[in-house]
Amino acid sequence: MTRIACTAMFTLALAVPCLGAGSEMRFPPPEFESGYQFPETARPPTARPVVHEYIDVALLAVVLLLASYLILQRRSRRAIFALMIAALLYFGFWRDGCICPIGAIQNVTLTAFDSTYAIPLAAAAFFVIPLAFTLFHGRIFCGAACPLGAIQDVVLIHPLRVPHWLESGLRLLAYTYLGAGVLFAAIGGTFLICRYDPFVGFFRMTGNWNILILGASLLAIGLFVGRPYCRFLCPYGVILRNLSRLSKRRVTITPTECITCRLCEDACPFGAIRTPTEDWPEGEYQIAKRRLAFFLVLLPILIAAGGWGGYALKERLARMHPRVRTAERVFLEETGQVTGTTNASDAFRTTGQASAMLYQDATAIRSRFALGGALLGGFVGLVAGGKLIALSVRRRRAEYEADPADCLACGRCYQYCPKEQERRKQRRDARSGRGNR
Amino acid sequence: MANKEDVTRRKFLREGLWGACLAGAGTAAGLSVARNNQDNTVWQIDPYKCIACGNCATYCVLEQSAVKCIQAYAICGYCDLCTGYLVPEPKALDTGAENELCPTGAIKRTYVEDPYYEYTIDEALCNGCGKCVKGCVAFGNGSLFLQVRHDRCLNCNECAIAAACPSQAFTRVPARQPYLLKGVDAKE
Repeated sequence: MTRIACTAMFTLALAVPCLGAGSEMRFPPPEFESGYQFPETARPPTARPVVHEYIDVALLAVVLLLASYLILQRRSRRAIFALMIAALLYFGFWRDGCICPIGAIQNVTLTAFDSTYAIPLAAAAFFVIPLAFTLFHGRIFCGAACPLGAIQDVVLIHPLRVPHWLESGLRLLAYTYLGAGVLFAAIGGTFLICRYDPFVGFFRMTGNWNILILGASLLAIGLFVGRPYCRFLCPYGVILRNLSRLSKRRVTITPTECITCRLCEDACPFGAIRTPTEDWPEGEYQIAKRRLAFFLVLLPILIAAGGWGGYALKERLARMHPRVRTAERVFLEETGQVTGTTNASDAFRTTGQASAMLYQDATAIRSRFALGGALLGGFVGLVAGGKLIALSVRRRRAEYEADPADCLACGRCYQYCPKEQERRKQRRDARSGRGNR
Repeated sequence: MANKEDVTRRKFLREGLWGACLAGAGTAAGLSVARNNQDNTVWQIDPYKCIACGNCATYCVLEQSAVKCIQAYAICGYCDLCTGYLVPEPKALDTGAENELCPTGAIKRTYVEDPYYEYTIDEALCNGCGKCVKGCVAFGNGSLFLQVRHDRCLNCNECAIAAACPSQAFTRVPARQPYLLKGVDAKE
């Protein structure tokens, strides 16, 4: 067929709408003479029934109840490990890592800021249930229920000690990540925490290459540094660690009374065991007091500096929002600074909206990011200042204890405690005594 | 135990803060329940916003995208020169592979009667690239359109395609009505 004939056919095809009926339908549906019947447009399969989500919620509650018992009452690392693996298999590999409480932070935030968004009940439940458990029992969610924690826990072979100041410093990343995740969920644009979820690709056995590489490197670090995501990045962990400070019950290394035998000192791969402290030596006390005063003065300065820094980032933050990106592109095209169009600018033009409206939207979003960026920066400054202050005060401790905030309730330390061994022996004896009778 | 002189200021603050946190979590839960419409939401493409850019085929977290093409027969023109089936300026109006637009050959063309041909999507082959959709919307009736298939979709909290969609065509829709079908109104 020659090109001319083809072009003629195209012209004919385009001419038909003038004769045809609708503006949408260029060609009227044909009237068949052969008795042809329209095939039924196959009804695509429906979504997963909601009841599955409720099963997930119920299972989460069961896992957390069981974890409470195993961690606080039974004190058995092996049982905790088994539960953790079960949770990893179900919430991770079977349910493909979605939904999880870490991402649910954003759903809850979006509910608060977007009146048109109706949060799925399961997402709300996944957010709240671990929080409530943490207020009563500490971070048992991290210890036995979280699939992201579990996948890191199983690769940990040779834990290295991270210095306390470095750990505190790196933890700023998690606070920043939480702040940024909330900011983007509130203003719109993206669910940052879900987009950069490092392990979900492993659960699904497929995914974006960059994220898979990120996940693999975190696991590689996790061989030597226990649970790096949990300690330095996890935004939900930030909430849990602070709630855990208030919890009614928590992990105690010894079941009865600490005899300060130091056997548990190196038991924790996450650096959560605090050694007994004494008062400041006389000379150092004055220096420490002056240091504390300095940091207290520094706190508002850090907040202001952080706020200013966050405000300065507003353009970059705003560019994460697709509407702003489109507006910038359309502006460049309309002022002739670039030639050609992108998919986004084409899509915008097909909507027939005036570009003035687009610019107006973009300006509004930018101003929201200016405020949000300043708040985020201020928050980071506050946390940094708070950490400096916390590092320069010394709490008096008579025993070896698990720091309630840092402890991930994995149960590794129990077996190191001679008092615990004594308890186990008693229990064994009691059981065999009963068996003999 | 209770009157062990330890209702100190620190303990009082702790208890207060604990109660406040529990109340906060409760409020969050309560507000969420109040806002909730008892239904889950799923991701779907608004076919009238979709510009068939091709991102659906590549950005989905699944190796083979959850998005597939749907043919709304009721609004199909049954054209011989189908711009959703044939490449621009085809060598011949037939089923030759060199004439087909679809990279996976997922569209079946069958003769109905002169001059009409029926076009059917083989969903096992469709990869959701939207090449046919683009052609059909540009020159035809727009009976071909893309939809997220919920038997495949993992319903990620943030859909990776939605994040990459240039026309913001992805929306959260109630799970009870998970599809936005073209041509359903035309048929009824």
